[in-house]
Amino acid sequence: MAAAAQGDPARNTPGNMPGATSRPHAEDPDGPVDVVGRTSDDDSVAGPRGRADRPGLSRTVLSAADMNRVVSRMAHQVLEKTSGGDGVLLLGIPTRGVPLAQRLARRVAAVEGVNLPVGSLDPTMYRDDLRLRGVRPLEVTEIPECGVDGMVVILVDDVLYSGRTVRAALDALSAYGRPRAVQLAVLVDRGHRELPIRADYVGKNMPTSRRESVAVRLREVDGADAVLIVSADAL
Amino acid sequence: MGVKRHLLSTADLLLDDALLVLDTADRMARVADAPVRKLPTLRGRTVVNLFFEDSTRTRTSFEVAAKRLSADVINFSARGSSVSKGESLKDTAQTLEAMGADAVVCRHSASGAPHRLASWVRGSVVNAGDGTHEHPTQALLDAFTIRRRLGRVDGLAVTIVGDVLHSRVARSNIWLLTTLGAQVTVVAPPTLLPLGIDGWPVGVSYDLDAVLPKSDVVMMLRVQRERMSAAFFPSEREYSRRYGLDADRAALMPEHALVMHPGPMVRGMEIASSVADSPRSTVVDQVANGVSVRMAVLYLLLGGGTDRETT
Repeated sequence: MAAAAQGDPARNTPGNMPGATSRPHAEDPDGPVDVVGRTSDDDSVAGPRGRADRPGLSRTVLSAADMNRVVSRMAHQVLEKTSGGDGVLLLGIPTRGVPLAQRLARRVAAVEGVNLPVGSLDPTMYRDDLRLRGVRPLEVTEIPECGVDGMVVILVDDVLYSGRTVRAALDALSAYGRPRAVQLAVLVDRGHRELPIRADYVGKNMPTSRRESVAVRLREVDGADAVLIVSADAL
Repeated sequence: MGVKRHLLSTADLLLDDALLVLDTADRMARVADAPVRKLPTLRGRTVVNLFFEDSTRTRTSFEVAAKRLSADVINFSARGSSVSKGESLKDTAQTLEAMGADAVVCRHSASGAPHRLASWVRGSVVNAGDGTHEHPTQALLDAFTIRRRLGRVDGLAVTIVGDVLHSRVARSNIWLLTTLGAQVTVVAPPTLLPLGIDGWPVGVSYDLDAVLPKSDVVMMLRVQRERMSAAFFPSEREYSRRYGLDADRAALMPEHALVMHPGPMVRGMEIASSVADSPRSTVVDQVANGVSVRMAVLYLLLGGGTDRETT
């Protein structure tokens, strides 16, 4: 995994790491969400773009304009629930949670004129499925200068699924301090929780079958904004 | 091969594997910034440090790395064993096997010992230096240090100076740095160059002063008296005068160029104190980076399922 491949959505298993997969961007009890119809144990999976965008296999659930409105609403909800964003720290979960957190912060700044600190938190080394799935490349953890002690930390991710990523993120967070409160913001909640975890801010509730995959595309990572549901039956 | 199950050599490390280790080490280095410098990743795993040769620095580095990842560490000092080496190594391997070691970090005075060990144990074997053969994690931490200081390894001119003949650090660095795209030149007295150096992907020079102005990185090697069975140079003074890096020589280097040393240094012999303590020296960085790189290696080898679990 060359440094040049960082942030490339189509990057894939490093050739020599058995069972290693590209870091899926969401909870994935049955395999990475952005890899359609395959489990992460399959080394030959293609990157997300090639397959998911093939016509007839996927349907768009949120367009770029929809996503824009959804993020605006979430920004308002954050301001409402935290009394104007007082002491709030946004931590995106890589990959796609990070640009989402930055978008939320920009929207909050546009609405209320407050600049919320934004960082990233990689939960990979706290995951409970490393032994099952093999190692994954690590992502960046960047805690802003304010630290997490006494802050209201809002974890931001693209898809909430089993809840295992969030569980790992909560553990990772505790290594950096003791927040006053932790909240969760997700663009898509697709159900199928395996842990007692719920989101405080949900962009869109999207009932799905486990056989389907939810693919979130972001301009910053994938070149365009969209949320797709990809049916495994279509393959 | 490569980072697949064992880390025995840098010669068989592919570019992607090497970059994966360096990128992972970058992330691990950030753990040192967190208030809690411990990750649960290798909880329940056992790492055995099997050292047949003295090495406080490397052993401690591996121990810190494993402990930061929550692995259990057993230090198995096998020094002074009277049993002949081949037999004792196999006996030891069987003992470790019975104790359920997930990884064995092995240092041995015999080249190839970790390779033999790898065929006897089910866990991963990390070569922590074997004879005059290889010391892969040292090369990885050197490459990591270069990348952190200069931003890249690709395209740099790296000069390795000194006892190349006895140096496993030099061998591992030559293979790794070449894989990463650096141009490596070795500078040494002819008696301290191995036979067959012509076949290596390196330039050879006997004139340090001529090479220094063209070097982005100068890596000084320790003169390994303990491995020398004959006279390789007339006197220490003469060696020092021709191949030692003193302040005057360091002044010939480009302003950005780094001075590296794997330690332990013999100050006044291969490197002058003023150079070792100068801002361009990476000696202290190398020690800190060693922990990050070894964490990366242990994570990549042990983080996923082991054979023990999958078979």
